[in-house]
Amino acid sequence: MTILDIERRPEVAAASEASRRRLDEIWKTPPGIAGFLSTVDHKQIGIRYIITAFAFLILGGIEALIMRVQLGRPEQQLLTPEQYDQLFSTHGMTMIFLYALPVLSGFSNYLWPLLLGARDMAFPRLNAFSYWIYVAAGIFMYAGFAIGAGPNDGWFNYVPYASRQFNPGMNMDFYALGMIFLGISTSAGAANFIVTVFRTRAPGMSINRLPIMIWGTLTASAANLLVVPAVSLAFFLLWMDRQFGTHFFDVSQGGQPLLWQHLFWIFGHPWVYAIVLPAMGMVSDGLPVFCRRPLVGYTPVALSTVATMVLGFGVWVHHMFATGMPNLALSFFSGASIVIAVPSAVAVFAWLATIWSGRPVVTTAFLFFASMIVLFVIGGVSGFMTGSVPVDWQLTDTYFVVAHLHYVLIGINLFPVAGAIYYWFPKFTGRMLDEELGRWNFWTMFIGFNIAFLPMHLTGLWGMPRRVYTYPDGMGWDWLNLITSVGSFLFAFGILLLLINVVKSRRDGRLAGPNPWDASTLEWSVPSPPPPYNFAVIPHIVSRHPLWEQQLQESDARSSLDTGYLLDHGRETIATTSLDSDIDLILKMPEDSYAPFLLTVAVSALFVGLLLHWWWLAAVGGFATVGAIMIWLWPERDLGQTADAGHG
Amino acid sequence: MVEVALGRPRVPVGSIRRRGVGWWGVMMLITTEASLFVYLLFSFYYFALQTPGEFLPRHPPSLSLSLPNTAILLLSSFAVWWGDVGVRRGRQRQLVVGLAIALLLGIAFVTIQLFEWRQQSFTLRSSEYGSLFFTITGFHMAHVVAGLLILVSLLVWSALGYFAGRRSAPILIGGVYWHFVDAVWLVVFFTFYLTPYLR
Repeated sequence: MTILDIERRPEVAAASEASRRRLDEIWKTPPGIAGFLSTVDHKQIGIRYIITAFAFLILGGIEALIMRVQLGRPEQQLLTPEQYDQLFSTHGMTMIFLYALPVLSGFSNYLWPLLLGARDMAFPRLNAFSYWIYVAAGIFMYAGFAIGAGPNDGWFNYVPYASRQFNPGMNMDFYALGMIFLGISTSAGAANFIVTVFRTRAPGMSINRLPIMIWGTLTASAANLLVVPAVSLAFFLLWMDRQFGTHFFDVSQGGQPLLWQHLFWIFGHPWVYAIVLPAMGMVSDGLPVFCRRPLVGYTPVALSTVATMVLGFGVWVHHMFATGMPNLALSFFSGASIVIAVPSAVAVFAWLATIWSGRPVVTTAFLFFASMIVLFVIGGVSGFMTGSVPVDWQLTDTYFVVAHLHYVLIGINLFPVAGAIYYWFPKFTGRMLDEELGRWNFWTMFIGFNIAFLPMHLTGLWGMPRRVYTYPDGMGWDWLNLITSVGSFLFAFGILLLLINVVKSRRDGRLAGPNPWDASTLEWSVPSPPPPYNFAVIPHIVSRHPLWEQQLQESDARSSLDTGYLLDHGRETIATTSLDSDIDLILKMPEDSYAPFLLTVAVSALFVGLLLHWWWLAAVGGFATVGAIMIWLWPERDLGQTADAGHG
Repeated sequence: MVEVALGRPRVPVGSIRRRGVGWWGVMMLITTEASLFVYLLFSFYYFALQTPGEFLPRHPPSLSLSLPNTAILLLSSFAVWWGDVGVRRGRQRQLVVGLAIALLLGIAFVTIQLFEWRQQSFTLRSSEYGSLFFTITGFHMAHVVAGLLILVSLLVWSALGYFAGRRSAPILIGGVYWHFVDAVWLVVFFTFYLTPYLR
């Protein structure tokens, strides 16, 4: 073992076979179950996030299809009202919390260090921890559903219906504790992204050279850090009311039910942006590659990403227009909700201008990215409508809102994600997805989606309330619902084609090589799939498009990709300054570790104990949590945390 | 074509005070925890404004124990800071003594606060005010306990001679968390113990 010096001049070298072998030895994760439980490699964690999120997407999709069978015709008796309540609530919980953000976290986890020229995230073990907690919380919440105690009050779970008096089962306890549980994962992940972007960028990658996807996930992470505590607190107070007789929400004892709505939506609306901004970022980075030109308006798009979120903190009350608040509050929040269309429009026009002035290559990925613009505009316009108080009073709690939110969430999350799979699958696996099957995949999803949800606006305008388990004959909603149900099955078939394509191409897809799309950003400068250490040498960046400098001729300077800091004294990467990305420090990165997994087991025991009132289990889990954290944080010489690692 | 020339400055290796990622990590933790207390206090003031009739209990929490207890907590922050100055100047013993004093003062705070809780004329279930009081001060107390566990760890590690000079990031990181917990107390203290006098 080498004694760590307190300071060092990092070696500069060209990447060689010998150094690659050395780095591989240092960074690789052992195969088998040991590696599976202990790895901190952001690429493996990213893939796991994506696969797990898709598993939840499939579950949530099946729930939706069952509901669409129930609603396909009037007065169907396939489901009881209670079953229907649990299905639509679990569907919302699954898609919004267990699919939409985690899938984006998966892409960001995999791609961030590769986009930034780093060897891992800033906190590799925390990264593994946030994944494990996500899985554990997902299982926790689905355990309730499996025993017939899933959430049954909609995903936003209004009191007093969620209170014990009206909802005596364990449904709400599973949901409340599960959401607090999941919040740990979200917050830890968000913190990791923020520190990663501010500390581990390659030298020269100043803040104005970041890919837009980084801006998207960074903005979303900053928001999550600030708003996740609101919803965790709301659920905690609900749980206290239900289990310990406090009086936060029960009206008879002076509680304030509207406080629930405030706390929920202070979180909920920024969350909506958190689950679309990273996806918009993926479009901003992917679409231009297929237009063979850089994105039009990098700076306005980056700024509008941040502006959307800043405004997004001030619009939560538009979910509460019908609760009888003062006119002044309604006017303010209505105004903010309408103004937010401006930064969104900036992005839309930037994408349109990029297509217009580029030479589009129509691939499946391009189709998904470009169609997202259409769906975003439709969802944006219906959102603009409901941002207006009088229109909202007419439309609130109707299917119009359901149509709107599906255009927004499927349009700006799932379509970009599908595009991103076509775009980055070659990087993940080294193989291309099948383009012909891809066309079938895209058109089935696009047509199916619009058949399902475009008529739904009309269903809402004609007065069908959301969240009813069935409806009487002769209301004029029959054929609309039937069309929606048919469309939803077509849409689901489209997603099935995507899954088939992934499974099939992973085995026998065409080999991709490092840069099959001739793209411009750093992840395409390394082999596909990338080696465990990502970069044999840390690249040095002089432009926004390191791989397009020759074509673009923006200046004479060229990024250095093959020669750079070697950093092979154990696991190391470079830390740079936050804005200019000047070299600042050599970071010692942790080895693979079981601590994140064990800590997750301890935290899970704590939550199960709280749920079942098994206080001994909660105590054991609590003590194990403290112990696991202490072991994790025990200062290590190899990480340069103790004095015998050299000091001065 | 000009390839950039790479400089080879001497740079620190590993965890160095504010330049490591640990400092950034604790800043993230403090940001999200501070948000939590913002929402807790938002809930309190929301109740204070929305409750028709009298919101405060007839006997609001008194200053007799809480005021000296506030001083105790602030002193403990000072002790941590003093220990940190020590380690930076290579005075190991000052570090250990500072942390030990902070730990004792922190334990004193928790003990006195437990007595303070028992003195109240209301309970967790007796009114919405009681629910808010015990939940918010309870949240703060949980953070103090977490802070004490951190101080214990730092004390053990310091006694083992782990830290010296610039290799002392954990002291900085654990210390700033403790300062944060103390700062939050000032806001909680103001909310529950001082605002009744503002009527």
